[in-house]
Amino acid sequence: MQDLGIQVLFQGRNFIRLWEGLWVTLRIAVIAMGLSVLLGFLLGMLMTIQNRTVRCITRLYLETVRILPQLVLLFLVYFGAAKHLGLNISGEAAAIIVFTFWGTAEMGDLVRGALIATPKHQYESAGGLGMNRWQTYFYVIIPQTIRRLLPPAVNLLTRMIKTTSLVVLIGVVEVVKVGKQIIDASRYQTPTAALWIYGVIFIMYFIVCYPFSRLSLWLEKKYKN
Amino acid sequence: MKKKLLGVILTAGLLAGVLAGCGQTEAQQTAAETQKDATEAAEAAETEAVEETAEATADEAQEALASAQARSLEDIKADGKLVIGVFSDKNPFGYVDANGDVQGYDVYFAKRLALDLFGSEDSVEFVYVEAASRVEYLKSAKVDIILANFTVTEERSEQVDFALPYMKVALGVVSPESNLITDVEQLKEKTLIVVKGTTAETYFQENYPEIKLLKFDEYQEAYDALLDGRGDAFSTDNTEVLAWALQNEGFAVGIESIGNLDTIAPAVQKGNTELLNWINEEIEGLAEEQFFHKDFEETLKPVYGDSVAADSLVVEGGVVE
Repeated sequence: MQDLGIQVLFQGRNFIRLWEGLWVTLRIAVIAMGLSVLLGFLLGMLMTIQNRTVRCITRLYLETVRILPQLVLLFLVYFGAAKHLGLNISGEAAAIIVFTFWGTAEMGDLVRGALIATPKHQYESAGGLGMNRWQTYFYVIIPQTIRRLLPPAVNLLTRMIKTTSLVVLIGVVEVVKVGKQIIDASRYQTPTAALWIYGVIFIMYFIVCYPFSRLSLWLEKKYKN
Repeated sequence: MKKKLLGVILTAGLLAGVLAGCGQTEAQQTAAETQKDATEAAEAAETEAVEETAEATADEAQEALASAQARSLEDIKADGKLVIGVFSDKNPFGYVDANGDVQGYDVYFAKRLALDLFGSEDSVEFVYVEAASRVEYLKSAKVDIILANFTVTEERSEQVDFALPYMKVALGVVSPESNLITDVEQLKEKTLIVVKGTTAETYFQENYPEIKLLKFDEYQEAYDALLDGRGDAFSTDNTEVLAWALQNEGFAVGIESIGNLDTIAPAVQKGNTELLNWINEEIEGLAEEQFFHKDFEETLKPVYGDSVAADSLVVEGGVVE
């Protein structure tokens, strides 16, 4: 039983380090998601405007984000900005910028969908009450779209949490990287550690993502009534 | 016309640079990582391709050539801290121990550099780098020095400046003790296991075409094949096979060093001559106290035990015999 892999977890600060890694993961995902929601609403509203130029630009932005892998964006912001613009951005800041850039596009498209799905008479009725464009959005349209948006937004958040495992490539040590470090540091003494550590990381992701998934389900049900 | 040409050269150069970042000669690749590194490198290459084709238009070619300004030795002295890129999952060269502290052969040297420059081992900030992005870290001036088991190759030398080497690696051949291969001639008509994309594969294909090669994608598969007896021997970097043989009874490294000798050296941004010279002076100066032998005793010996002579890995004063 000497080399039972799980014991690696309890050596030194290993278990705490994994949680610290998970905290980095969550911090990036949640901050980026918060910003994405705010900017996404603005973008979504922009996307519904009947103006050719605006539509063209927002469309281009959305397609760019869809086509470029997140990894490319991370490299561009972290290394590219330093090389070409002389901007030395920390890894975590670069990660938040990229995830916000990505999240805003996705969120914007969701908001656009929700706005379009809102029946036209809602806009017209608000207009009939003498509300201007902003008032219509803030008091009538957005409260309705929020409920509709919550499930897909939560879905986007859990996707973001999982995609943060890419940020290790720009030097940010998150939970998966900590796991690898632990596995590697003990690979001569405990070669079986890998399965255990990855198993624990799996459970940790689950602990974090599952409540969000439940929340999404619950909101979906609530919306139906 | 001249500018256009520059753009083309630039794109090709950067692509090559990123590809060079994933040389397979690294010691101590674990099975999963090898696969991952290859993927990363491919992705990184793609990244640069996208980035650079977009940017390397004739007008911007000049600007894209520039890397971020690296810190000079004076800047570093004024700042009071060296920033050094190391591996965090390449035991025993650079890894993080159970307490979260970074350790290893490369790290031991990094701390010594800080000690000699500032009088304190702690005056160093470690940045954990990945194999595929080591060149980028230097080009974007995110680190002053890369000390991450960086094998000197021609392609990489075009991208970064290498200091004097402090380690050397060659290929090793591990085989069952009952049927130990001690000479490459013994391998003729036999099956040698190699991992795809490694220097071992290229070396044996070019120099000993009569040896039958059994190729695998991952290290773990290759070791399993050797354990099952599907091949007579397995060859890859000697540091890797030596460590493995120690953990697996009944196997020994019959050939400790074969093939081209590769050296491992610190690297700085291209043109950062002042810093480069200082590192070279350090390496030369440290030879007197046999620093790297001490480093070996502290960091590598616990892993390799007595199976590896220090002299087969360590390079003192930058002189490779």
